[in-house]
Amino acid sequence: MAKETGAISWKELSLGTAILEPGSSSKLKTGDWRSMKPVTDRECCIKCGMCYIFCPDMVYSRDDEGYYVQNYYYCKGCGICAHECPKDCISMVEEGSNG
Amino acid sequence: MAKRLGVEVSIAVAEAAKQCNVDVISAYPITPQTHIVEHLSELVADGELDAEFIPVESEHTAMSTCVGASAAGARTFTATSSQGLALMVEILYIASALRLPVVMSMVNRALSGPISIWNDHCDLMLSRDTGWIQTVAENGQEAYDLIFHAYRVAEDHRVLLPVIVNLDGFTLSHVIEPIEYFDQAEVDSYLKPYVPAMRLDPKHPITMGPVGMPEVYTEARKAQEEAIKAARPVIAEAWQAFGDQFGRYYRAVESYQMDGAETVLITMGSIGETAMTAVDEMRSRGKKVGLLRIRLFRPFPVEELRKALKGVKRVGVIDRALPFGASGGPVAAEVRSALYHQTDRPFVYNYIAGLGGRDVTVENFEEMASELESLEKSELTEFYKIINVRE
Repeated sequence: MAKETGAISWKELSLGTAILEPGSSSKLKTGDWRSMKPVTDRECCIKCGMCYIFCPDMVYSRDDEGYYVQNYYYCKGCGICAHECPKDCISMVEEGSNG
Repeated sequence: MAKRLGVEVSIAVAEAAKQCNVDVISAYPITPQTHIVEHLSELVADGELDAEFIPVESEHTAMSTCVGASAAGARTFTATSSQGLALMVEILYIASALRLPVVMSMVNRALSGPISIWNDHCDLMLSRDTGWIQTVAENGQEAYDLIFHAYRVAEDHRVLLPVIVNLDGFTLSHVIEPIEYFDQAEVDSYLKPYVPAMRLDPKHPITMGPVGMPEVYTEARKAQEEAIKAARPVIAEAWQAFGDQFGRYYRAVESYQMDGAETVLITMGSIGETAMTAVDEMRSRGKKVGLLRIRLFRPFPVEELRKALKGVKRVGVIDRALPFGASGGPVAAEVRSALYHQTDRPFVYNYIAGLGGRDVTVENFEEMASELESLEKSELTEFYKIINVRE
């Protein structure tokens, strides 16, 4: 028999594969197929928060210094933040590189 | 006591939905289904039925509305035909995957093109693999009766699947037949109020219809397949209870003149009644001909057919849809497949008949039965034959 590749037995699935636990999507690492990631240059960042506003996946949050930092756990590398940054402070770098 | 009335079958189907006390009806008119939902909209407008009638801009939305309402815990009803079904198909798969007990009457009509408003089973076959339970009526009374059965089966917590009740367009939908209407108290005794197994409720949030990644999709499909298989005994049980209550007993495969039958015709839908007349005539001439009528199309009654065809020499399956380039019509292909592993199996041939409103006559059935006897001895080059096609 080949290696089992199903995540769960069909007998254990809920009715209609409904998800019964509210907010469980926060447990899903949805950024694991990203190929490019946004990196902010703090030297030129003016803390305007445009990246935070435009990010479709709530990747950005404000830190104690007022900078907006990425949570790569959810970032899919769409590049909208880099495109919208009015100071061009965000660059998209290849995943796995040291940028 | 139940009363018998001369009534258009479409109106009777609408009355059945009313007697089932549906909460939400969403539909878009399309010939020949229109009279059903038209009558329901009148019943709601006149205050005779306390339900939401939601008129929509397409069948896609009609089914989407039913899915949403059913997910919220409502008993829902809709009806469609042909092109309307084609537009609705995407959501049929959703209703069954979400395990929502929506009931729909499908007034069978040919698919375009050429454009045809007349009856055949193209639409029935288009919905074949959508995961809905499907029953098929042969006359007006059955079209009425099967609606009650549909809700009882669909909403049973051992099933929780949507049900299509098929009835032939015009041939049934637009004729006036003597229909026995049930007393409401009898209906209420047969069909209990709908208790959802799960529903959308802001107090207890759940997600219906999430993504199924490759690690779970196969298991989700397997669960759905097991659900429709598990519906078999419930479908039979609900027919037994129906018979006990209302006096008419239905079976997944109905037999007619099968005692000692060597040649058997298999039909589905209203042509079964014409076929019975043909079988009577052939029997009166001493021919050992019998008839099986498929009442339950999904789940397909494999065991019932194997049992009924035991000892039969030859079978002619009549299909009312022509799947281009296939190895025969859809019903015939499934009958052949059901019999393939039997060591002692009959010879199966396929006739395509009654497309787009073409009549299928008593003489046609007699010709098929006598041709079957000679075909057996000849070498077959085709899987099927189209009846009445003019060369």
